[in-house]
Amino acid sequence: MAMISDAPVLQQTSEPAEGAAMRSRLSRYARPVLGVLLPLTLALGWEIAVWSGWSNGRLVPPPSRVLATIAELVRSGELVRHITATLWRVGLGFAFGVIAGTLLGAVSGYWSLARRLLDPTVQALRAIPSLAWVPLFILWLGIFETSKIALIAVGVFFPVYLGVMGAILSVDRKIVEVGRTFRLSGPAMIRRILLPAVLPAYVVSLRVGLGLGWMFVVAAELIGASEGLGYLLLDGQQLGKPAQILAAIVIFAVLGKLTDWLIEVAAAPFLRWQDAFGRARGA
Amino acid sequence: MLALDRVSKTYPNGVEALARFSAEIRQGEIIAIIGGSGCGKSTLLRAVAGLDRASSGCVTLDDETISSPHAKIGIIFQEPRLLPWLSVADNIGFGLADLPATERREKVARALERVGLADKAQAWPRELSGGQAQRVAIARALVPRPEVLLLDEPFSALDAFTRRDLQDHLLDLWADTRPTLILVTHDVDEAVVLADRVLVMRPRPGRLFDQIEINLGRPRDRNSPLFENFKRSVLTSLDRSLDRSVPDRDATQGPGQAMWW
Ligand SMILES: Nc1ncnc2c1ncn2[C@@H]1O[C@H](COP(=O)(O)OP(=O)(O)O)[C@@H](O)[C@H]1O
Ligand SMILES: [Mg+2]
Repeated sequence: MAMISDAPVLQQTSEPAEGAAMRSRLSRYARPVLGVLLPLTLALGWEIAVWSGWSNGRLVPPPSRVLATIAELVRSGELVRHITATLWRVGLGFAFGVIAGTLLGAVSGYWSLARRLLDPTVQALRAIPSLAWVPLFILWLGIFETSKIALIAVGVFFPVYLGVMGAILSVDRKIVEVGRTFRLSGPAMIRRILLPAVLPAYVVSLRVGLGLGWMFVVAAELIGASEGLGYLLLDGQQLGKPAQILAAIVIFAVLGKLTDWLIEVAAAPFLRWQDAFGRARGA
Repeated sequence: MLALDRVSKTYPNGVEALARFSAEIRQGEIIAIIGGSGCGKSTLLRAVAGLDRASSGCVTLDDETISSPHAKIGIIFQEPRLLPWLSVADNIGFGLADLPATERREKVARALERVGLADKAQAWPRELSGGQAQRVAIARALVPRPEVLLLDEPFSALDAFTRRDLQDHLLDLWADTRPTLILVTHDVDEAVVLADRVLVMRPRPGRLFDQIEINLGRPRDRNSPLFENFKRSVLTSLDRSLDRSVPDRDATQGPGQAMWW
């Protein structure tokens, strides 16, 4: 969920290029430090509060206990099992969602006839809260992996579809005209003009899609699973182990941020030309 | 030779942007097209470039009818329209994709040198000033060696100083291969500095109103009395073109042709 609100930052980070040398040095070190100041202080404060006996920390366990829970899960090998299960689901659901979203989005963006045929239906489906599909998916696909992956794929599909279609539709006509004056063939126009032009928006839509993928994997695993981070959450609730719930939440956050960062890093070499990358990040 | 034969364009919304525009342009000639806003200059240029089809009439280059973009015709727009994801060098080489890499690199390097941007080869377009970006656009259009280069108000977004600089630079580049230049402008000074012949258009519908030969040697001195004279005659013609009470001179027809009717 954090990733969803994160995505637009991608476009806002562009700073005025000049005179930012000093500021960029400052921001490269100071900004992350400033960012963790608040959570760190709160965690430390809570730790001290529990430690000094102001609170028993039963419902809100202190950070040390959450860390201890994580360490215990790691030692028993449980954590790897749960993380693998969750990553596998998110990975597959994301892959299917991205493939479908990209294909249909590209078709809708490129051919106006396809858009007229397809887009109203997709928009109507989008209006359905995705969790409403759950009962149907379980009926159709069973309660095991397939229905979970389908649910995640549905969540990923819509932002990717919209992103790809919107990006193609908003490609600057003037730049397409440059391609025409150099007599590019259809495939060359796609490869040399359209693809590079839509890439930035595509990366944003992938990141938004991934954020939704993480959101939906929680939903899917809460509904019924015998392993996975979502199962850890549910298990912690049923057995009254708040430290385990918080541990799962922390791991969700770390994994979400990590996978989002992976996309960013993988895309960065192709987006160096953009203002938002390169300079502002001081890569 | 580039021949425009009664080129007309009516847009789907019914605007008659261009009506029976005829002209014959020698290889290597520099033509300036001048006229009030909305008199069909861009429409004309796009028809010559093959970007839009004329509603009637035709454009021929050495007896070949132009109906789509042609290898021998290049165009430069008011905005540089560089591809932001390509380096300056790759932008200049954009139209050379069919050449082997080494040959392409050589040509690009020479063009970069020629437009004075050799040190910017690996820069991104966003790092260029407006004038530099337009230089890259000029290099990109010239590097495939077009026989005809069309320019649609290429310098109008630049400041006066940069504009003069680029005008001189354009002439300099033109002298290398002497392509036909057709330059749309609304700057009388620019027209007289660059052109062998100025075509004055008038609006609604866009049509040819007058032609003025600029019989001045090069390089031209912008401050000479003769230069001022030519400027004055272009200005006068431009004023008359906008004055509705002045009838068409019908510059589209040669002197003898009128006798036909
Ligand atoms: N794509 C278009 N659709 C409809 N009308 C157009 C279009 N492009 C230009 N026009 C109209 O055609 C006339 C000539 O336009 P244009 O050739 O751009 O003029 P200029 O370049 O001389 O300013 C104008 O009245 C303009 O509004
Ligand atoms: Mg125009």
